Amino acid sequence: MKKLMKGNDAVIHGALLGGCTHFFGYPITPASEIAHSAAYYFTKSGRTFLQAESEIAAINMILGSASAGARVMTSSSSPGVALMSECVSYIAGSNVPAVIIDVQRVGPGLGYIWPEQSDYNMVLKGGGHGVYRNIVFAPNSVQEMADFTYKAFEIADKYRMCVFILADAYIGQMMEPVSFPTKILHAKRKDWALYADEQSRHNLVTSLFMEREILSANIDSLLNKYAKVEKEITEFEETSVSDAEHIFIAFGISSRVALTAVRELRKQGIKVGLFRPKTLFPFPNKRLAELASKVKSMMVVELNDGMMANDVELAVKSKLPVRKFNWYGGYVPSVTELVEKTKKSI
Amino acid sequence: MIKHTKPSAFYDTFERKGPGQKTTHYCPGCGHGTVHKLIAEAIDEMGIKDQVIFCAPVGCTTLMYFYFDTGNMQCPHGRAPAVATGISRTLDDSIVISYQGDGDLAGIGMSEIVHAANRGEKLTVFFVNNAIYGMTGGQMAPTTLIGQESKTTPFGRDPIRDGMPIRMSELINTLEAPVFVERCSLGTAAGVLKTRKAVKKALMNQKNKKGFSFVEILSPCPINWKMDAIQSRKWLIENLEKFYEVKNFRDKDTSIKGQGRLPFLSDDELLKVLDVTADTSSDDDNNRVDIGEHKVKIAGFGGQGIMSVGVLLANCAKNAGFNSTWLPSYGAEMRGGTAYASVVMSNDIIGTPVVDTPDVLIAMNSPSLDAFENSVTKGGTIIVNSSIVSRKVTRTDVNTYYVPATAMANELGLTATAAVIILAFYAKALGIFGVDILKAVVPISIKNKKYIEANLRAITAGEMFFDDYKK
Ligand SMILES: Cc1ncc(C[n+]2csc(CCOP(=O)(O)OP(=O)(O)O)c2C)c(N)n1
Ligand code: SF4
Repeated sequence: MKKLMKGNDAVIHGALLGGCTHFFGYPITPASEIAHSAAYYFTKSGRTFLQAESEIAAINMILGSASAGARVMTSSSSPGVALMSECVSYIAGSNVPAVIIDVQRVGPGLGYIWPEQSDYNMVLKGGGHGVYRNIVFAPNSVQEMADFTYKAFEIADKYRMCVFILADAYIGQMMEPVSFPTKILHAKRKDWALYADEQSRHNLVTSLFMEREILSANIDSLLNKYAKVEKEITEFEETSVSDAEHIFIAFGISSRVALTAVRELRKQGIKVGLFRPKTLFPFPNKRLAELASKVKSMMVVELNDGMMANDVELAVKSKLPVRKFNWYGGYVPSVTELVEKTKKSI
Repeated sequence: MIKHTKPSAFYDTFERKGPGQKTTHYCPGCGHGTVHKLIAEAIDEMGIKDQVIFCAPVGCTTLMYFYFDTGNMQCPHGRAPAVATGISRTLDDSIVISYQGDGDLAGIGMSEIVHAANRGEKLTVFFVNNAIYGMTGGQMAPTTLIGQESKTTPFGRDPIRDGMPIRMSELINTLEAPVFVERCSLGTAAGVLKTRKAVKKALMNQKNKKGFSFVEILSPCPINWKMDAIQSRKWLIENLEKFYEVKNFRDKDTSIKGQGRLPFLSDDELLKVLDVTADTSSDDDNNRVDIGEHKVKIAGFGGQGIMSVGVLLANCAKNAGFNSTWLPSYGAEMRGGTAYASVVMSNDIIGTPVVDTPDVLIAMNSPSLDAFENSVTKGGTIIVNSSIVSRKVTRTDVNTYYVPATAMANELGLTATAAVIILAFYAKALGIFGVDILKAVVPISIKNKKYIEANLRAITAGEMFFDDYKK
């Protein structure tokens, strides 16, 4: 039977079922319930929960624990994730798997605890230094908070990358019925990790390479890996797209508002659809390019100043108008507002 | 260049290093080479090289992994104790070494070292204090002495401009958990011997799972001190050792006590703890009414149980076979006049969980009625807690009900059940799900078991009130 749960609680169920054994974190609204839930369930089940002294310490504990072969995670919200950035870059540079949940709030600065989607650039375009990428899932329901976290550890281990679950304050705080897999996944032994035994003694986890050729070879191998990831795990969802003349493009909470707006506009005879990236890296460039020759316009609905819209524009290469429908400052538009804005612009 | 007659914990040739594979990359007279050798010898003597994982800092010893034939990892600047904590908490039988300079440990990494020490992590920390930033070319370190010149204290370190030097061993010694804290010096041959002992003791402590050990080693950096090897030993003895007292601060047998990690649960036990069972429900085995999308806003002030009644409602909708969402208002708005829960139920996948235009408004206090009356959909319903809200609904295009819920709840002896009374009334009035479903949900939703009875009575009261209302 499905359970009614908060997105933030479902994450921890998904993580434990996905084989995560170590949680290191630091509290911050609106992500704190994840840490609360982890403190209860990780401790009770003989896994490890540790409240670190800061996000910086937490992410470095992740680097250590993951290098020792464990499936590990942390959770935070925007300012906390910003603090982790240096080490996220180390994680990428040393090919270490990790899972980070970012329940986005409003910025810049202390902003406030309401939802925004303005960590898009930070999580997708760097945050930390250097040429690197994170795999980024964008859940839009409590079920996806659980499902994405469940599979995040397999994916992180497979590609030896950092996987972000990029949620927002509403997806984290809301409750919905959710069901869980009953098969518990487990980490397998990793030939590169440090196990404090003879077999792994020669292993070295580092992002430092003192020779120019080796250094650039490491970046090449990262780029090859990212290309592979783009081929293999891109996910998206289409609603009423097949006969649509205009489509919304939205992720997370924005896509929920857009979904209701699609129904409303269709009732009024306007043929709109919804295209929802479930992975933001890899970004569904190919499918968007295809759709660019099928529809008249794209309307990117985001709680920021048009960060994903920039990626959509790159994907469709000026074949059609890409409209930016932006709200920020903790404001989630009503369906009526989105409907009106849409009618005015098409 | 230092040539080693090598302990086996060192690689024979330093292949990772590239050219010059027999020598280290440290400057002549540098203390790091000596400390490396002491550690390698201790590892050999103890036969622990398979268990050792080195956490290299950022500093001159970033490249320690050139030399040590052990597990190796390289950490961000100052964070080695956090990285080491992650490893130590993952591998119970590992021997984790955090090797750090003074900039790394006492500057950027002050927080990580203090907290790792305070938690009594099973780590061994070797803190090489050369009173300067070596790798970056001789800037002031937190441990740079008063008057000492560096690239960033060209007129000598000044207490007012630059602050006082920090004594780390003394600071760590104020904490409860560490088992071993000692400051050594490489100034003399006797000092090196003492250092060797301390290094081994600190590693033994970890092998014996005693806890956190901290060894500070006063060490020369001839290059940045701008001296030769002999001068720098002299300066170390005459200046560093004067300010940083060479001594053992602590040598305990046991660390802090507590419960520690609980037994690791098997897959089946974990499923039980998470209360996860296979989802056998399917869409067609419930014969639910077609409600399209139905949106409810429950509003009142904190303490009226608004949020938990919203959860009850969303649970009822779920159990009646609908999709449902619950969204709280939260943050600063909770401290003001109205807090509200938004509940959406639908036969279809639900779009936005935000309820801007409720089909049903449950107004538990006056500010809530004032705030949301106009947003209710035409033909919708407003249920008012008339014990608290004195005014009437002004709109004429909605159904209105007045339930003196707070008074009724007081009569039942539990004021907090007022919203539950209204929920029962709502269930009867709207007919989307039966009161039986509400009654079945109460024992699952209400955490404190002693309130279940009162809530069930509240439901009956709401139900009866509706039956009378109709008459
Ligand atoms: C975040 C960050 N800030 C600054 C640096 C530059 N940096 C590298 S080593 C170092 C100082 C190291 O000094 P110390 O810890 O005393 O070690 P030593 O080189 O003397 O052994 C600094 C500031 C860095 N690598 N990373
Ligand atoms: S700069 Fe100083 S600490 Fe670094 S290797 Fe040279 S002497 Fe040693």
